[in-house]
This record gives sequence, structure tokens and C-alpha cells, in this order.
Amino acid sequence: MSGVSLSAERAWDVLAGVMDPEVPVLSVCDLGIVREVEVADDELLVVVTPTYSGCPATEVIEASIREALLAAGAARVRVETRLAPAWTTDWIGPEAQEKLRLHGIAPPGPCAPPGQAVVRFHPSCPRCRSRRTERLSEFGATACKALHRCLDCLEPFEAMKAI
Amino acid sequence: MHNHVEYLLRLADTPLILGQRLSELCGHGPVLEEDIALTNIALDLIGQARLLLTHAGHLEGKGRDEDQLAFLRTEGQFRNATLVELPNGDFGQVMLRNFLSSVYQEHLYSALQSSIDPELVAIAAKSLKETRYHRRHAGDWVVRLGDGTAESHGRMQAALGMLWPYTRELFAGDAVDAAVAAEGIGIAPGSLEAGWRREVAAVLEEATLCIPEDTPFLSQGRRGRHSEHLGHLLAEMQFLQRAHPGATW
Repeated sequence: MSGVSLSAERAWDVLAGVMDPEVPVLSVCDLGIVREVEVADDELLVVVTPTYSGCPATEVIEASIREALLAAGAARVRVETRLAPAWTTDWIGPEAQEKLRLHGIAPPGPCAPPGQAVVRFHPSCPRCRSRRTERLSEFGATACKALHRCLDCLEPFEAMKAI
Repeated sequence: MHNHVEYLLRLADTPLILGQRLSELCGHGPVLEEDIALTNIALDLIGQARLLLTHAGHLEGKGRDEDQLAFLRTEGQFRNATLVELPNGDFGQVMLRNFLSSVYQEHLYSALQSSIDPELVAIAAKSLKETRYHRRHAGDWVVRLGDGTAESHGRMQAALGMLWPYTRELFAGDAVDAAVAAEGIGIAPGSLEAGWRREVAAVLEEATLCIPEDTPFLSQGRRGRHSEHLGHLLAEMQFLQRAHPGATW
């Protein structure tokens, strides 16, 4: 490879294949974690914005990003963390939302603007699409999800919380 | 600079110690969903503390990172509010403390959006989003248990009587608070009291709980004078780094 770096465009393609360890149908790009990719000399700079302060996947994600880019031929990779603006589920686009739904996770509702109370959002069932659902628990198997149940097909399901 | 670091430690230590207290409940929640909720909240709090401690360590400039600050300071060097170091008690008491504390954190992180310290603004903005969920979760339980059976109501009222005197400390400022407020870095704690009381009173009323009378008692955890409980908590939290200095895995 003789120190030849990847183009930013190629790096974005590679990153689109780096999946979140907790929600493996979404890539780090789908989630909006990757904010910027820059090429400077032979170094690739990837700016990431972490999801939850306590998300145990954050360090794994950074390591996977570095590994994937090095494997694709990047000479040097630097992953930089940027806290502001804070990560929001509003960065998960419509395509990624559909991927979540097909995986059985209801996508997040829109975020409450700052200063306003969190909206009590009733997600529709990702299986039968019924809107008659109830929340079972505010917290699910990971920090980013809550547990709900469909009152029509009776299946429990996870929903990503709007944050 | 000294006041700035001191203030950041005060901000960091309260979520750190509450996070440690809540993680004691891992595997002990009354039902699986609540066990998961408590540990998720603990993770968020410890994550917030990590960011704040890292920032404090950078600013201090003595090369101390988040781990050194969390695991190698002694009891008198911790700056958390006494409220969060008290033993957990029953589930109702845990939820009540989470509620009192998360309403406070929510007001605090909102107010810090006007700080002149951009790193602190970023950490507070991020933490604010998480704190809203913590407050909603705890508030729901306070209402459910307070306005529940005679047994749950009685326990919640007793828990409120026990915890309430420790809330006074949250609003008692000192010279450090005044200095950082004057510089535009921090918030004078007293300025958060009216908003906190209004919100807490509304939920406690819905929960049919009576706010106890205020007492002159003023705990001093934010100034480094703690109850007898913090030492025991630190003994567990710091054991590994004390017994095996520098251990990593």
C-alpha cells in the first residue's frame, strides 16, 4: 500500500459497512455517529459523535472504525470524538428507520425540542404495524431502546427512544 | 483555574457516586425491567461523570485522567452531594432519590447551556437528554408508589422524610460557586431552587406525598465533608486500583 491513503469518498463507503454492535442492521453512518471524514497527508481523520454517555458500545465502535479503514488500505487513522452538537435520533434517516423496522425494532419518534418535556410517543408495532401499543418498560436491553407490546398481535417489541 | 477545576469535580462526583450506588442494584431489581433500567441509568451517570472528570483532569494540567480522579482520590477529596452517597434503602427510596436528583440535574444542565466553557456546555447538552428519561422514569414510580397501597404510600412518605433534609445542600452555594458563577463558568446553586421546588412539589402532590418541613440541617458533601457512608462505598469502588495499582484489562 506504500502509505497511500484512502479517499474520503472511499472511506465513507467502507464506514457504511461498519455495523453497530448492538443494532447490527444499522451502520455507524446510518446512526449518524460518523460526522466527518477528512484526509490530511497520509492520515484519515474520522470525527464521531457518541450516542449515550454510558453506551458500552462506544469504544467497540471506534475500534471497528479504525480496523475497517486500516483493512481497506488507510495508512493511518485517527478517530476524534466530538460532543457538540449532541447526538440525536433525528440523525437516523428514513432508510435506516425502515431497516430498524424490518429488524423488529420500532424507529424513534421525533425529538422534543430543548426545554420541552419528552413526548410520550406510542410507536406502531414493527410486525403488524398496529398503532395500538403500550409501553412495558422505559429501558430495554440497551440504553437506546425501550420495551413495548402490541395490543393487537400481542408481540412484545423494542423501540428506539427519541433523544 | 482552581475554582473551575473544583466546580467540575462537584459536577462530576454527584453522578459518579449515584452511578456507583445504582450499580449495587445490578441483579437485585424487583423485576427484570427495573433491574435493566437501574443499570442503564447507572451507565449513563458514570458516562457523564467520565466526561466531566476527563475535562477536570485536562484543565488541572497535572496529568490526572478520569480513572485516577475516580479511583485514587480519598474520601475528603470527593465533592458529591451527600444525598447520593446515602445507602440505597428499598426500591421506593431509590426511585425517590433518583427523582429528586434527576429533577435537579435537569435544571442544572439546562442552566449550564449558558456557560462560557464550551466543553462543559457540550457535556451538559448531551447529559440533559439522558437526564430527562431518568426523571420521567423515576417520577412515574414516585407517583405509582406514593399514590399506591397503604404500605407503599407509608414507605414513600418515610423515604421522603429521610431524604428531604439532604436536598438543602443542593442549593447552598459557597465561595467556589460564587466565583465560577461570576466568571460565567458555573451556576449559583441557589438560582435553581425555585424551579426545582415547583416541579418536585407538583409530582409529590400527584403522588399524595407531603413535603416535610425544612430543617436547619445542612450536609456538606460538595465541600468534601461526607457522611460515614462514602468511605464504605469508595472501599468497594476503588478496591481494584488500590490493590493492583495501574491494573488494566
